[in-house]
Amino acid sequence: MSAIITLSLLAILVLYLGIFKLRNALLSVSLIGLMAALVFELRLWNEEAEPIFNGMVLFDKFSLAFSILIIFITGLILLLSKGYFDKISANIAEYYALIIFSLTGALLVVSFHNLSMLFIGIEIMSVALYILAGIRKKDLASNEASLKYFLMGAFSTGFLLFGIALLYGASASFDLTEIKNYVTTNSGQLPAMFYAGILFLIVGLAFKVGAAPFHFWTPDVYDGSPILVTTFMSTVVKTAAFAGFLRLFITCFDQLQSFWVPILLVMIIITLFIGNISALVQLSFKRMLAYSSISHAGYMLFAILNMGVQASGAMLVYAAAYSVASVLAFAVLIVVKRNRGSEHFEAFNGLGKSNPLMALVLTLSMLSLAGIPLTAGFIGKFMMFSEALSNLHIALVVLAAINAAIGIFYYFHVIINMYFREAEINDQISIDMNYKTVLFIAAALTLILGIYPDFLTHLI
Amino acid sequence: MNNLALLLLLPVFGALLLAFVKKSGTAKSIALIFSVLTLALTVPFLVAFIPDASKQFEQNIPWIPSLGIHFHIGLDGISLPLVILTNGLVPLIILSTFGQQQKGGFYALMLFMQTGLLLVFTALDAFLFYVGWEIALIPIYFICGLWGGVNRIRVTLKFFIYTFSGSLLMLIAIIYLYTQVPTANYELTSFYELDLDEKTQRYIFWAFFVAFAIKMPLFPFHTWQPDTYVEAPMAGTMLLSGIMLKMGVYGLIRWLIPIAPLGVSQYGHLAMILAIIGIVYASIIAFQQQDLKRLIAYSSIAHVGLIAAGVFVWNVQGLQGAMIQMVNHGISVIGLFFVVEIVSRQFGSREMQHMGGIAKVAPRLAIVFLIIILGAIGLPLTNGFIGEFLLLMGVYQAGIWTAIFAGLTIILGAVYMLRMYQGVMLGDTNQKAGIFRDIAGSELLVFAILVALIVGIGVYPKPLLHLSEAAVSNLVEQVKIGY
Repeated sequence: MSAIITLSLLAILVLYLGIFKLRNALLSVSLIGLMAALVFELRLWNEEAEPIFNGMVLFDKFSLAFSILIIFITGLILLLSKGYFDKISANIAEYYALIIFSLTGALLVVSFHNLSMLFIGIEIMSVALYILAGIRKKDLASNEASLKYFLMGAFSTGFLLFGIALLYGASASFDLTEIKNYVTTNSGQLPAMFYAGILFLIVGLAFKVGAAPFHFWTPDVYDGSPILVTTFMSTVVKTAAFAGFLRLFITCFDQLQSFWVPILLVMIIITLFIGNISALVQLSFKRMLAYSSISHAGYMLFAILNMGVQASGAMLVYAAAYSVASVLAFAVLIVVKRNRGSEHFEAFNGLGKSNPLMALVLTLSMLSLAGIPLTAGFIGKFMMFSEALSNLHIALVVLAAINAAIGIFYYFHVIINMYFREAEINDQISIDMNYKTVLFIAAALTLILGIYPDFLTHLI
Repeated sequence: MNNLALLLLLPVFGALLLAFVKKSGTAKSIALIFSVLTLALTVPFLVAFIPDASKQFEQNIPWIPSLGIHFHIGLDGISLPLVILTNGLVPLIILSTFGQQQKGGFYALMLFMQTGLLLVFTALDAFLFYVGWEIALIPIYFICGLWGGVNRIRVTLKFFIYTFSGSLLMLIAIIYLYTQVPTANYELTSFYELDLDEKTQRYIFWAFFVAFAIKMPLFPFHTWQPDTYVEAPMAGTMLLSGIMLKMGVYGLIRWLIPIAPLGVSQYGHLAMILAIIGIVYASIIAFQQQDLKRLIAYSSIAHVGLIAAGVFVWNVQGLQGAMIQMVNHGISVIGLFFVVEIVSRQFGSREMQHMGGIAKVAPRLAIVFLIIILGAIGLPLTNGFIGEFLLLMGVYQAGIWTAIFAGLTIILGAVYMLRMYQGVMLGDTNQKAGIFRDIAGSELLVFAILVALIVGIGVYPKPLLHLSEAAVSNLVEQVKIGY
């Protein structure tokens, strides 16, 4: 809990720093705050977890592991923000504050133990993002992204709320344990209202994680928002939403698998194919990453589908691998766009010659996203596939493997451009210290997770 | 001294060092030193190896215990010849590039790939096998893409996606097998002990077979191969044909057939027919090629088809033939490609019609080329003879017609190989051939070693056969295929 309180106070503090024009202190104060939150989370690790605040939140290993992951990723993203927000606007304090507010919401989403907390968490997380997506006031694409995100987000929140209300109507409680008990005691004679509630919850959460057929907002919003905001959305927010999704279904609806597993199966298959096939034809690297994030949502849904003993671990590894690789890719994209003025694949031409190290880390990130061994992404995919196969979803895994092969086309597109094609102007791109740090940390983590993932696989 | 993991890691160290070397001369010598050192470290294994059916020099370290994955490696009579082949050919391939200007990165990728290949040949854990399988692929993709010909981008991507799709199928099969193992691990022996029903084995067969057939490549999964061989730089082609295609054959012997014998008895005939179609088909196409590299690429399909047929008949002769022929093919094909490299560099073309009459001006090249070709077509007293003899003897037990069609590979092989020799070496000396420079220096050294191996194995193949004999006959006894 202290972490959530710390972060809320931190965001307000950052806003005050903005008022007093202490621009240079913003980044360091935010990072110190995040560090403090991280320490608070770590200190809870070995303690016995009980639902607290009348069963509102529960800081078990699951929630702590995901909290630590998203705080860490936010730290990396903030490191990238130095010199990034300044270019967009004069009032940069609000960016930091909004990102931290959104993170606070995300922390609630991964540690809720009461459906009202899930709703509040998602709202805190999303409202900050609606503003962040449209923060480039004069940019039409950014405005469009914000409006689309807001409309779609409000719409999906409606579904979510309706679903929660229906569950409450049936079980007379918002508490996860009580809903679970209700399911156990009334198994076989649950009212239709309850099933409708689950259905609405799936729709609402699928919106949030960007799974097909509720994914239509994702490409435009990811493409239109400033790159750093996109990074935050596609890593931290996505991870949190998935963790919340998994937590809800593992705790409450474990016994009703025969009802929702077929629905989820269809969703996964559509998500994989739509994400991958659309990513194939993109000319913009950023938009390609947006579609690839849809296809990754498909792989991550595997964990919810299976809910085995290792499902949470698999989700954690996958989310960590995907987030780290995405931060890496977006960081390089920011640098390239700043210097070459384009987000298209052509902007990466000749990077292998002019900036060999940067090209190398981006290659690592692409290999990880594509799921090649010795990178983190492979372990994630491997665990997801293992989970699915142990539940005998063989056809699903074969379809997923076809998609993994399709993925090679677009992930290798940028590798091919960097190494095998020449640039027109082949000047070296200079990168500052913060970016170097982030690239180094993310690349190292991708390799460490790929070679020795044991410390993460059975954490939860 | 006999630390197998160290042998595997040595090329990685070399690769890491080479990644920072810019100067071509230094890079070459470092690469050569590391590859020769690796070869030298292989010798103690050969000396200490007891040629029986057991696994030796085993190392088993828990790697990802929570997922049941072990870093389990070891050698037996089936893997040792291939480890020697890998470590023996890499120095030769590096030596063959001494005439070019290459940076450290080129050699770094080569050495990195060597580790992947060694991992494939020594892995006794399926997960490890898959990891080696994939990490051998990444470096060769970059070697072909960075230093290849004009169409390299399209061709190498096709190659990568082809092989990657195959290996994903294999990955699914591996994970499925893991879920069936009661002790939850990826050990080879656990997979051998599984008692799967026939239906499951059929699926397992196809998942592994497609992966291996793409790698070898067998007809009709071969369409990536000629293009990739042509577009790749010569060292890449040598790695692909000399060593990498043996990964597929090795996979058949070590993983596919012992794990899914019922699947093999169901579909082994089909696989054999595919292999034999490949032999005839590739030989006919090879006969019509003007491009030397493409010609050898197709000849390689024909040769590997015979090897695969020898594996699928699953008797001692066929398997022994396959084992020795894998080594022989590696030696011959590298020699052939090196000749093509030397000739086409001086002519500025790989087309046979632009060449001719080199023998008069370059007698040394003419002699070694002849010996290599004789080895490739399996003349007695050269290395190819004993391999093809054993393979045909094995295939004959499956039926006379299979043997007759498989035997075509020798006749057709002689036809297109000698036609190539005639086109390149004999005939009228044209203007370019007049100023042809004969082989010397490092080139001569490479050829001297290759020729010595060709004649040496041809005259006295017993030591090589002896290495794998016990392991092969044990395997044939353990795993029964009911055709």
